[in-house]
Amino acid sequence: MSEATGGIDTEENTGGKVKKFLYVNRKAPYGTIYALESLEVVLIAAAFDQDVSLAFLDDGVYQVVKGQHTKPIDVKNFSPTYRALEGYDIEKLYVEKESMEARGLKEDDLIVPVKVVNAQEMADIMQSQDVIMSF
Amino acid sequence: MKLGILINEGPYTHQASDTAYLFAKAAIEKGHKIHRVFFYHDGVYNSNRLIEPPTDDRHIVNRWQKLGKDHHIDLVVCVAAALRRGIKDENLQEGFRISGLGQLIESGIQSDRLVTFGD
Amino acid sequence: MLHTVNKSPTERNTLESCLKHLKKGCAVLLIEDGVYGALKGTVSTKMVEQALKNHPIYALYPDIEARGMQDRVIDGIKLVDYSGFVDLAVEYPSVQAWL
Repeated sequence: MSEATGGIDTEENTGGKVKKFLYVNRKAPYGTIYALESLEVVLIAAAFDQDVSLAFLDDGVYQVVKGQHTKPIDVKNFSPTYRALEGYDIEKLYVEKESMEARGLKEDDLIVPVKVVNAQEMADIMQSQDVIMSF
Repeated sequence: MKLGILINEGPYTHQASDTAYLFAKAAIEKGHKIHRVFFYHDGVYNSNRLIEPPTDDRHIVNRWQKLGKDHHIDLVVCVAAALRRGIKDENLQEGFRISGLGQLIESGIQSDRLVTFGD
Repeated sequence: MLHTVNKSPTERNTLESCLKHLKKGCAVLLIEDGVYGALKGTVSTKMVEQALKNHPIYALYPDIEARGMQDRVIDGIKLVDYSGFVDLAVEYPSVQAWL
């Protein structure tokens, strides 16, 4: 129990239920706070022993590119946190191929190992979830 | 059915909170249960008791307060998002409570559907 | 699953992106500024009519009325009120908001 988990005992209050949660990221970082606050939810979600996946599509793919230096805009660079997700047993990161290509990005440009999927596969991933959160 | 609601935007600037309210009201009228409304991002401003709209306009904050009270809906404001935006117990409307993001995850687990309203 | 879209297709690519990710059994509900995607004679009409062949598309009528678009809705798009929105959220096993 902690302030972050909202005082919830993560096992007791979920009744042992495991649901598939998908966090959909379609917005670029820094211009708005959605990417950062979405990541904050994901970090808390890790404490709940649910089946967590992250999807990056459209401008959301910009969240996980390498080489972000935010000092000049005086904002915290949270991109290294995506690399830390593995330590929280969050390993299902899906990036959409078409979205990357439309933005001139390749898998090598990404800060973290991901699974690159096409739009149809991404649609399958969305369809197979119990709870979809988008911010 | 047990429904959870997530609101990502503040009142007046975006329609999200209005749509969520009208959705929640319709769901209650149909006999569904709103398990929790979770306010995140600028959505935390929906709990600011200092908000005073013109008298001929809807009062979004008080409308949530009343719906919550009448139908025992848990109105939860995210603590991290609230602190970032200056929402504290001092200016929190009665009927809302400030708590952690775990309340959102729990709502996703416990409710039959989680419906998101944002921008 | 039910997909909700709340952006005008002439402002953002949200509707286009949503329609690209529809699977069998999915429906779309247009709300707020998303209802501009329900209109005839726009640059996105053809794309929406194409999607209508395989998927039910709904639009929130209070949002259409508020914007004065009552007479412009594409044939085949079903109009619902908030109660109908609730029914759709209940009918489909999950809801994804395209924000």
